[in-house]
Amino acid sequence: MRRFLLRRLAWFALTVWAVITISFVLMRSVPGGPLSSDRTLHPTVEAAVNARYHLDWPAWRQYLQTLGPLNLDEHGLLGDRSDVFGGILAFDLGPSLQHRDVSVNEIVAQSLPVSAALGVTALGWALLLGLTGGLVSALRPGTALDTGARVLSTLGLSLPNFVIASFLVLALAVALPIFPVAGWGTPAHLALPGFALGAPFAAYVARLFRAGLLETLSQDCIRTARAKGVPWRQVVLRHALPGALVPVISFLGPAAAGILTGSLVIERIFTIPGTGSHFVAGALNRDYALAMGVTLVYTVAVYALNVLVDLAYAVIDPRIELEKDA
Amino acid sequence: MFPMPSTSGARLALASTLLGVLGLCVVAFALRSGRPRADFAFTGGGELRSLDPHGVTGVPEGRVMRLLYEGLVARNPQTLAVEPGAAEGWKVNPDGRTFTFALRADARWSNGDPLSAADFEWSFRRMLEPATACEYASSLWLVEGAREFTTGQAADGTPRERDWSRVGIVARDERVLEIRLERPTPHFLPLLSLHVFAPVHRASLEPLQQQFPRDWATRWTRPGTLVTNGPFRLAERRIGEVLRFERNEHYWDARNVAMRTIDVLSVESWSSALNLYLAGELDWVDGAIPSSLVPELLGREDFDPRPYLGVYFYRVNVTRPPLDRREVRAALATSLRRKEICELVLKAGQQPAFSFLPPQVGDYRPPRTFGESPEYAEKLLQDAGFADAEGKLDLRALELHFNTSEVHRDIAEVAAEQWRAALGLEVRLRNQEWKSFLDAQGKLDYDLSRSSWIADYADPSSFLDIWTTGHENNRTGWSNRQYDELVTAARSERDPARRRELYSNAERILMHELPCIPIYHYVSQNLVDPRVGGFGQNALNEQSPKHWYWRSDAELEEVRTQSTRRSERVESHGPKEGLYAPARAEEQP
Repeated sequence: MRRFLLRRLAWFALTVWAVITISFVLMRSVPGGPLSSDRTLHPTVEAAVNARYHLDWPAWRQYLQTLGPLNLDEHGLLGDRSDVFGGILAFDLGPSLQHRDVSVNEIVAQSLPVSAALGVTALGWALLLGLTGGLVSALRPGTALDTGARVLSTLGLSLPNFVIASFLVLALAVALPIFPVAGWGTPAHLALPGFALGAPFAAYVARLFRAGLLETLSQDCIRTARAKGVPWRQVVLRHALPGALVPVISFLGPAAAGILTGSLVIERIFTIPGTGSHFVAGALNRDYALAMGVTLVYTVAVYALNVLVDLAYAVIDPRIELEKDA
Repeated sequence: MFPMPSTSGARLALASTLLGVLGLCVVAFALRSGRPRADFAFTGGGELRSLDPHGVTGVPEGRVMRLLYEGLVARNPQTLAVEPGAAEGWKVNPDGRTFTFALRADARWSNGDPLSAADFEWSFRRMLEPATACEYASSLWLVEGAREFTTGQAADGTPRERDWSRVGIVARDERVLEIRLERPTPHFLPLLSLHVFAPVHRASLEPLQQQFPRDWATRWTRPGTLVTNGPFRLAERRIGEVLRFERNEHYWDARNVAMRTIDVLSVESWSSALNLYLAGELDWVDGAIPSSLVPELLGREDFDPRPYLGVYFYRVNVTRPPLDRREVRAALATSLRRKEICELVLKAGQQPAFSFLPPQVGDYRPPRTFGESPEYAEKLLQDAGFADAEGKLDLRALELHFNTSEVHRDIAEVAAEQWRAALGLEVRLRNQEWKSFLDAQGKLDYDLSRSSWIADYADPSSFLDIWTTGHENNRTGWSNRQYDELVTAARSERDPARRRELYSNAERILMHELPCIPIYHYVSQNLVDPRVGGFGQNALNEQSPKHWYWRSDAELEEVRTQSTRRSERVESHGPKEGLYAPARAEEQP
């Protein structure tokens, strides 16, 4: 277990470094900069803004600053750092170039809990609907109930979340004003966006769970247990369920990543102050610091979720050994 | 063979419970900010760039600046005439160069400090300091010595030490501020009423800048720290969500400010803004309404588009053949059918543009110098030698460059088709994402490029300055000595009639040479609750939030009966009993 975690940590460092470097190079190789606007600045003023944010530095020096805070000068790599903005190693993502009076740390600190809450709600919806649907389908295969659940899951998979969101708003916020149309602040604000975001994942969970359950239920051990006279309920709950959950759990890693990165459209439709909109806006506005910060946050989140899923395997199924897996 | 079922099941149950509780905690934490509805709520788009008046340029930022700050002079929300602001009056010397402002005795900062002339002097100095990186610094260069102070160079380019005593901005005493200009400039006061010329509170900002030289900006504009002098003060800031403002009780005119709280919501998607407005969560929405929705909204009493000082046009790269020939540019300009674009694509009453300036800018009326005639355009090209032996036009394919947006694409498609039909010209469309688009336009990497210009103040100079040689917003490669001379002369001409004539002559040259092809003039697109009173209907679509109030049922009924506009009544979400400033309440029956 410890070896597994150490190994993952080493890979984590490498991944983060690669993400930082690639993002840095990509951001600076696209045309346009954080200062370009349809009102061009006077050259003197532009030079002053560039100097304030160190955009006039050569790229390698900006890279060291982003990574650091490092400032390679006559004092060496850790030389005079009084003029350097925070760096990733110091957990300081620097000032946003677009929103000039907030730091990227502040943006992340305010928006990440919001996105996390939305993600948790979406995942909750996905599991609740998915597991229920899958269970019903698997226990009554071939019936109308099964067909219904499968049609719904096909719909959920094929409709993009923003279409579902628009339908939900029309039906449950405009036609029947049960939920707020958009905004943030109360649990009611979470219901519709959470559902819209979670629906495609619910559909996938239902399919995985149905298939998993049907497979486990057809195994010899289940037949043996039934032959021994174990009640059906107990067979399903105790013997079949844990095995059937393994594919669902392994899907949770990618699902969580998908919910995280897929939230930006939903956040926009429901005007939720989450991280997703900053992800896109950061890149579009050439807000180097913000784009880098959000990319990093996503990297860390996706990585951590995958490690968690690996650990969860071991909890559910002792046959899986982490050392071998790693 | 079997996994240990009971253990496994128990672990599973425990793990799920823990995860569930954790999830609920996350949700509860994220939702902890509960806020009652403000007296008034509006949106101008997404998150703002800054709350520092010297660090903003955009229209949405301008709205918020008018809540927080008040400059020396203000604008009348209906007529745009210059009115007293923090200064109760001013005097212009007979030479037209020296302005003396007298500050109000009761003008105060939101922390109770008196607002002094020295505060203004320091704020103007801050704008001009290059380190502040204020985008509008260059518009203050009409003040004596200001340009030299920012650039650190004399007029001939030789480096010179920055010396504030050579700049014509001086606080004569506690309440008297004197501003001396390079030369007489009639549009100085309208310019000064722009939101960026607001004062900032030295006593709270300077220590912060000394203590945190790198990140003072992220510490300064916070509720509790930010000290301002406008009718409202910052009460709460949640990034990407809301800015909450409360009435500034120290404001000199606080008794005439009706709204106690105002929320500025950050809403990026226009359809969400519309939904929030219809649900009564927003009282005013202003934005680029998708043209497909415009016809539905047009009949409503809360949607009343008005002329707006902005022009939508195509820049022409005059450094690229064949566009370096005036005849080609003129042929392009005269072979469009703008009415079609306005009526089929835009639909909100935008006006076809045959001049760069909108039909009425202050008291200036632009000359009309060209019309639409495909035959004339064809003849122009033939005479200029762009035709083969049989008289068939022969012009290379042109590229029409625009930034990614549905409406720009629609307009470009119609224009390209009109040019193809009229001149047999092949026009290829090239769209780019905003920043790449700006980069290409700045580098003159285009044939024709979509553009727009919105005035800062209602004066021809706000439109015509940009076409002077070497202006950073010219971006066409066009230069005309006579035009430059006319604009320079007009800038300091003190006789209004003569000034209008100079500008008119300059615009004639511009519209003869056509480095830009005007397409249409904008209209404002406000959706505002019918109960809102004191709402500014003016050509800059500028608001003065201190004048906003809620009409009572009786007043609303009166306004509705007096209205000459036939429109469908809509339900108001505002407070039925109204919400009045005390002074106004006295006037009410």
